[in-house]
Amino acid sequence: MAEDVFVRSGIIAPKPPPILEIGTIGWMRANLFSGWLNSILTVVSVLSILFVAYEFLPWMIQSSWTATSLNGCREQIIEAYGEGTTGACWAVIRERYLQMLYGFYPAELYWRPNLTFVLMVVALSPILFPRLPRRMLWFSAIYPFLAYWLLWGGSVWFPLSVVLGFVIGYLLIVGISERANLLAAMICGVLGTILYWLFLADPVAQVAQSMLPIGLVEVQSDRFGGFMLSTTIGVTGIACSLPIGILLALGRRSDLLIVKAICVGFIEFIRGVPLITLLFVASTLLNIFLPPGTNFDLILRVVIMVTLFSSAYLAEVVRGGLAALPVGQFEAADALGLDYWKSMRLIVLPQALKISIPGIVSTFIGLFKDTTLVSIIGLLDPVGLTNSIRADAAWNGIVWELYLFVAALFFVFCFLMSRYSMHLERRLQTDRH
Amino acid sequence: MQETATSEQPATPVAPPSSDIAVEITGMNKWFGAFHVLRDINLTVYEGERIVICGPSGSGKSTLIRCINRLEEHQEGTIIVEGTELSSDLKNIDRIRSEVGMCFQHFNLFPHLTIIENCTLAPIWVRKVPRSEAEETAMYFLEKVKIPEQAQKYPGQLSGGQQQRVAIARSLCMRPKIMLFDEPTSALDPEMIKEVLDTMIELAGDGMTMLCVTHEMGFARQVANRVIFMDEGQIVEQNVPSEFFDNPQNDRTKLFLSQILGH
Repeated sequence: MAEDVFVRSGIIAPKPPPILEIGTIGWMRANLFSGWLNSILTVVSVLSILFVAYEFLPWMIQSSWTATSLNGCREQIIEAYGEGTTGACWAVIRERYLQMLYGFYPAELYWRPNLTFVLMVVALSPILFPRLPRRMLWFSAIYPFLAYWLLWGGSVWFPLSVVLGFVIGYLLIVGISERANLLAAMICGVLGTILYWLFLADPVAQVAQSMLPIGLVEVQSDRFGGFMLSTTIGVTGIACSLPIGILLALGRRSDLLIVKAICVGFIEFIRGVPLITLLFVASTLLNIFLPPGTNFDLILRVVIMVTLFSSAYLAEVVRGGLAALPVGQFEAADALGLDYWKSMRLIVLPQALKISIPGIVSTFIGLFKDTTLVSIIGLLDPVGLTNSIRADAAWNGIVWELYLFVAALFFVFCFLMSRYSMHLERRLQTDRH
Repeated sequence: MQETATSEQPATPVAPPSSDIAVEITGMNKWFGAFHVLRDINLTVYEGERIVICGPSGSGKSTLIRCINRLEEHQEGTIIVEGTELSSDLKNIDRIRSEVGMCFQHFNLFPHLTIIENCTLAPIWVRKVPRSEAEETAMYFLEKVKIPEQAQKYPGQLSGGQQQRVAIARSLCMRPKIMLFDEPTSALDPEMIKEVLDTMIELAGDGMTMLCVTHEMGFARQVANRVIFMDEGQIVEQNVPSEFFDNPQNDRTKLFLSQILGH
């Protein structure tokens, strides 16, 4: 019988892996000490972390929480920890944290932003977590108007009258599309809604208010500030820029030449201009162009600019996702007879958006942090407030503690967004066995 | 030289299974930029006919069947599918697409939807069939392609052969009158080709009108009424399978057959 003929008669049973390859030891061997370079890097990293902690932690801990001025802090720290010790002056945070959170919002009305925030979590949860009952989405749809009313106050009829505009638009589209084609119906619906908002929404609200006055104490925009202002601008910007960004991305890939030209022009213009320029336009120039006497709320103007800015970036992120989708997906959707909007909504966008999740969330995080730029045009967001706190003689010269507090506030929200995006990527993964 | 005699193609050599016309292509020309990819195509497909289209790569066979559901646009000539002429009218195109099923070389299942969702999506959104009824139909066809147990899985969890059978079931759920196959087995491992071909043979037995671009000559011999050979964008030869394989007329056909059957 020849040596190189071989026929296996049984199957080799699986054995457990070597003990050094699994468990904590295996993990450390693979990730921390896989070679001499890796081992050196591990040791150096651990030492650096220890060094930073050694320098930084005493400053954090040997601190004053109760003083009423920066000098008071210094005295307290020296008294407690001895001559030459420096420590954090957390007393400023204790004294001013409400201002950092709410700006100059009337203190007796703090329950309104608090309630708005809690309701925001409720409104967001069915969007973020599909396991929750779908009926909750109705609340999410109403929430923006409710939030506006709670924050700014005034007559309840004004936001309701704005909602009525959407109802009118919807009825127009449904009514006309039964008689004419869909495009005409869409145009009529949008035009009708805009005309209603411009000329009828306000009178309707006033008439309703005079008949049945329901309202909250009005709070002017200049009382808004602190982290509440950042969240208002950030969340509104995020919610509005995603749909606009998607439409721009689709428009940029469109076969319709004019639509494409408009989208490309918009995206390239906005991306080519610094956000701060747009904010200056919002705060100063816009008043020159608008008819005299128009009172166009500054926060609203800023929200519009921030939204436009990030929607241009989102459009490019989403376009990347669309480009990454195999052409076969578009063809399969076409071959089944789905029209353009259905194939986009059911086939293309779910996949393209999934691919773009990291980019989309990065843009959102960027937008949220960019809201601090409004301090430059005089809005008192947390960063703007640090300046006005330092203007107080008692706290003149305090820097680190305030910025650390602002950083911590933003970090919590941005980190949550980042974790959610990772969770979403895992949830949408469908190619695992 | 008997080549390029495309405008006088041989008449359909055998009596078709039906006298109703499913697809009628007359004097069709198509260009990709300056490249003349389909030249003066005349083709009539009768209801219930099973046509296999073969030819070397780049001969325009895929482009030809992709013109039938307007994944590609032709520039000259007419294509009439089930009585509706393909023009730039979007309503006509969507109507024809819902009557014509298509299977692709790379399956093109929707990876973000489960198998059953893949199968029910078009019936629900295009045909407006109620969900429960669409799911019943989907299960019927998934059983027909012998993978009902995979209904709740995602395409990425299935083998290539299973995915292609799901793709066939997905098309069938729209109850199409015509099925187009664009090299349905070319991306499959040898072990999986048979399961897909078996599904297609069963479909042929049910009387479906089929146009298949394929290099599976065994399949062509077994189920086709007609085999069409294309080269350089034109129909070079068409005949019943037995005649086509045993007695090819055109030199180019002979060369092609000797190359794919000769090893």
